[in-house]
Formats: sequence, C-alpha cells, structure tokens
Amino acid sequence: MADRLVTAGVYGRIVGSRLRSQLAYRVSFALDLVAQAIGQGIELFAIAVVFTQISSLGGFTGGEVLLIFGLAACGFGVADLCVGAVERLPEYIRTGEFDVMLLRPLGTLAQLVCADIALKRLGRVLVGLAVYLWSLARLDLPWTPLRVLVAVIAPLIGAAIMGALFVAANAVSFWVVDGREMANVLTYGSSFTTSYPITVYGPQLRRLMCYVVPGAFVAYFPVLALLDRPDPLGLPVGLRYAGPLVALLAVAVAAAIWRLGVRRYQGTGS
Amino acid sequence: MLAPYPQLIKAGYRRYAGYRQAALAGMTTNVVFGLLRVAVLSAVLAERGSIAGYDPATAITYVWLGQGLLAVVLLWGSTEFSERVRSGDVVVDLGRPWDLPTALLATDLGRAGAAVGMRLLPPVALGALLFPFRWPDRPLTWLLFAVAVLLAVCVSFAIRLLLNMSAFWLLDGRGAVALWGAAGGMLTGLVVPLPWFPGWAQQALWWTPCPALLQGPIDVFTERVDPLPVLGHQVLWAVLLLLVVRVVLARGARRLVVHGG
Repeated sequence: MADRLVTAGVYGRIVGSRLRSQLAYRVSFALDLVAQAIGQGIELFAIAVVFTQISSLGGFTGGEVLLIFGLAACGFGVADLCVGAVERLPEYIRTGEFDVMLLRPLGTLAQLVCADIALKRLGRVLVGLAVYLWSLARLDLPWTPLRVLVAVIAPLIGAAIMGALFVAANAVSFWVVDGREMANVLTYGSSFTTSYPITVYGPQLRRLMCYVVPGAFVAYFPVLALLDRPDPLGLPVGLRYAGPLVALLAVAVAAAIWRLGVRRYQGTGS
Repeated sequence: MLAPYPQLIKAGYRRYAGYRQAALAGMTTNVVFGLLRVAVLSAVLAERGSIAGYDPATAITYVWLGQGLLAVVLLWGSTEFSERVRSGDVVVDLGRPWDLPTALLATDLGRAGAAVGMRLLPPVALGALLFPFRWPDRPLTWLLFAVAVLLAVCVSFAIRLLLNMSAFWLLDGRGAVALWGAAGGMLTGLVVPLPWFPGWAQQALWWTPCPALLQGPIDVFTERVDPLPVLGHQVLWAVLLLLVVRVVLARGARRLVVHGG
C-alpha cells in the first residue's frame, strides 16, 4: 500500500512538472490553446454550414447531431489530453528512450503518457463540453435520475473508449517502423466517425468503425439514451446502456495489446 | 552559367519522390478520410437531391479531388523555413547566387509535381472506380485544370512562406502555421464546398486567396462554373502574394539577427 502511494506521488510530481513547464510560456500556450479550440470549432462550423442546407441528417435534427458532436468531442478531447502522448512511441523507440523506460520501476505506458501531457489540448475539450452542455440545455429534456446519470458518465465512457483506441492503435509501432500515420487513421478517423450519427455510413464502414472499433458507443448510443428516441437502425435498446461494459472491454483489450507489444519489443539495435 | 531553377525543380521532385513509404502512408490516410467524407456528403445529399449545383457525382468528385489536391498544394505545410530563420541557416540561403523566393518556388513546384503522381492520381482513380464520378465533358478542361493546379501551388507556396517568414519577427513560426493549419481546411473549401456557405461568407472568402487553393481548381474540373474568373482570381492572388513575399523577405532579412556568428 505504501509502495503504491509512493508511486502515485512520483507520477504526480512528473505530471506537475510537465504542466508547470507548459505554463511558463504564457503567450505561446494561449496561442496553442486557441489553435486547438479553432481546430474543433471548424468541425462545428462544418456541421452548421451543412444544416443551413438541410434540416435533418441520417434521421437526426441539427440539435441532435450537435449533441452527438459535442459528446464525441468531449470523449476524444479528454482521451487526447490524457493519453495522446502515446503517439510519440515511434520517437521513443527510435531514440532508445523506450529502453530507459523499461529500466525504471514504473509502468511503460504510464511513463510515456505522463512524460508529455499537452495541456493545450484542453482547448478541444472546452469546445466539446460547451457544445455538449448547450445542446443538452436546448433540447429541453425531462431530467430523470437515469438521464442525469447517463449525461454525466457518457463523456467519461467516451474518453475511456477513445483512450483505449489511442493505446491499442499506437501499439502498432512495436511491430512496424513508424506506425504513427497508421494509428492516426484509426484515432482521428474515429474522432470523425463518432461526430456524426452512425446512420450516415454504409454497412461495411459502420461495421468497422462503429462496432469493431466501438465508435458507436462513444456518442451515438448514449445520445439515443439521452433523447429516448427510436433508433433508425432498430438496434436493441440494451446497447444504449452498454457503454460502461464496452469501455471496460476496450481498456482490457488495449492493455493486452500493449503488454504483447512490450514483450515483443527488441529495441532498434543501435 | 545556366540558371539553377530547372535543376531545383528536379531536385524538389526527387527529394519528395524518394520517400515512397511516407507518401503511401499519407495517401492511405487521405483515402480513408475520403471514404468517410463521401459517406457524410452522400447522406447530406440524400436529404436534398442537389445543393448549389452539387449532385452526388459532383460531390464525390469534389471529395476525391480535394483529398488528393491537399497534398499537392500542401495545405498543411512544414515549418522548415521558419526553423532555418530561427537557427540562422537562412543566412546561407540568402547568400547564395540565386533569387531566394524563385529558388524556393522552383523546389516547391518540383515537390508538387511528384505529389501529383503519388498523392493526387491514386485517390482520384480509386474514387472514380468505386463511386459515380464526374469527368470533364470538354477536353480543354483538362488543360485548364492543370493550369489551375499550378496556380494553386503558387498561391499556397506564397501563403506558407509568408507564415514561415513570421519567424523573422516572432522567432517561432509555429503559432502562425498552426492557426492556418486549423482554419485552412474550412476556408479553402476542403471540408464543405464553399458554394454551400451562406452568401455573405462566400462573397467574403472570394475576396481572399483561400478559394484559389482547392475550391477553384475543383470548380474548374467539375465544370460547375465559368473557368476564366476562377483562373483570373488565382493569377491575381499568385502575382500579388509573390510580390508581398519579396517585400516581406527584404524587410525580414534586414531584421535578421544571427546569434553567435
């Protein structure tokens, strides 16, 4: 127990030092934050432009699509903030830094993630959260306890699923040289697919990006639960509340893939 | 002595063509996002058969041309030049017996030429194979499209160089490049066709160089509009921005402080 507390203290100090170093350059940090917020805002603007031309998309109104978008942006933003640093795995492998991590009495994934928490990514989370809360308020839903519970934990479940995806996808770099771009296709691709109702995708794309990669559980199913509306695809109602289970499964799979990768890791030989 | 510029075009071409695996990885990303964007735009058009002259085939052609062209015009450019300003290496570039903006443009044109083969043609071919596609009716359109792409590269080159040259004043060009990276996709018509924007936004954007990068060349290819005003807009901005590049470079070079030299 005492050991665990010491370990937690070490991580706390690593993260604290990272955060302080980023806040040291205030103007640069503010610009980065704004750029991230604009990046997310652009996608919001795209949806707004589309809805000047049509009144519903894939069976969902503009307000409902915004709710999906906001929730997806929260999930991706929090995941990117917490474990996005795993993208730099190829760099650590190439420079031999990963060998150093293996020698330390701490988990490799935790070290990697703590080493580069980019606070600027809060910009994305803030935009996502604002859209999510604003859409929830505007849709004027009756606030039953169940709905409140779903509304509160849905962003966290989304973040867990997307975080697991970040880890699982980037672990590919243990097998291929510089797999970052490959991983990005999955992570950023999922950021895109989760932002729209899954009804807009064809059956094959939906199978891959919504179920195999469990993107549908990030925003689509929780939003169906929040709106308590029929699913245009007619899927079982139970799926709407399966998010926590799916998140647990995703995290377990990601952890297994990571461990497999670390076991296989042999260094660059240089 | 022969001018170095044709050689620089070749060098730019070879440098880009050398990284085949990187080009393949980048192209794959563009293709996946192309598939996702086709799905969303098709769903949008399923609600209304056609929006602002975009029927499904035109929208699909727009997506695949955009996914390919973004690597040719290099929408999300590098910060290489600003790094050279920061490190002081730019002094070497300024000291060489060439005209620096022309030399950089020549290299970039070579890079763009390689990108046409490696990044533009494959996604367009794939899109045309898998989806309804809108080929030009008039043979002349192919020529006009080639000219439009060439001009788009020139405009994009000037914008990228200007952003990088902010490093003469800020020492770090990353902030400016990041802002353009975030907003460029929307403003150039990559994400949503500009004709779908509200009227005031379209009018405002056509006063800027942004549509010259992607929406312009795509409009020429799909024959949706009269090509001459589009090309005129591109020529105007290419000339203007390349002139601004010269002025800013001259001023920036005067401000240049080389540390420790």
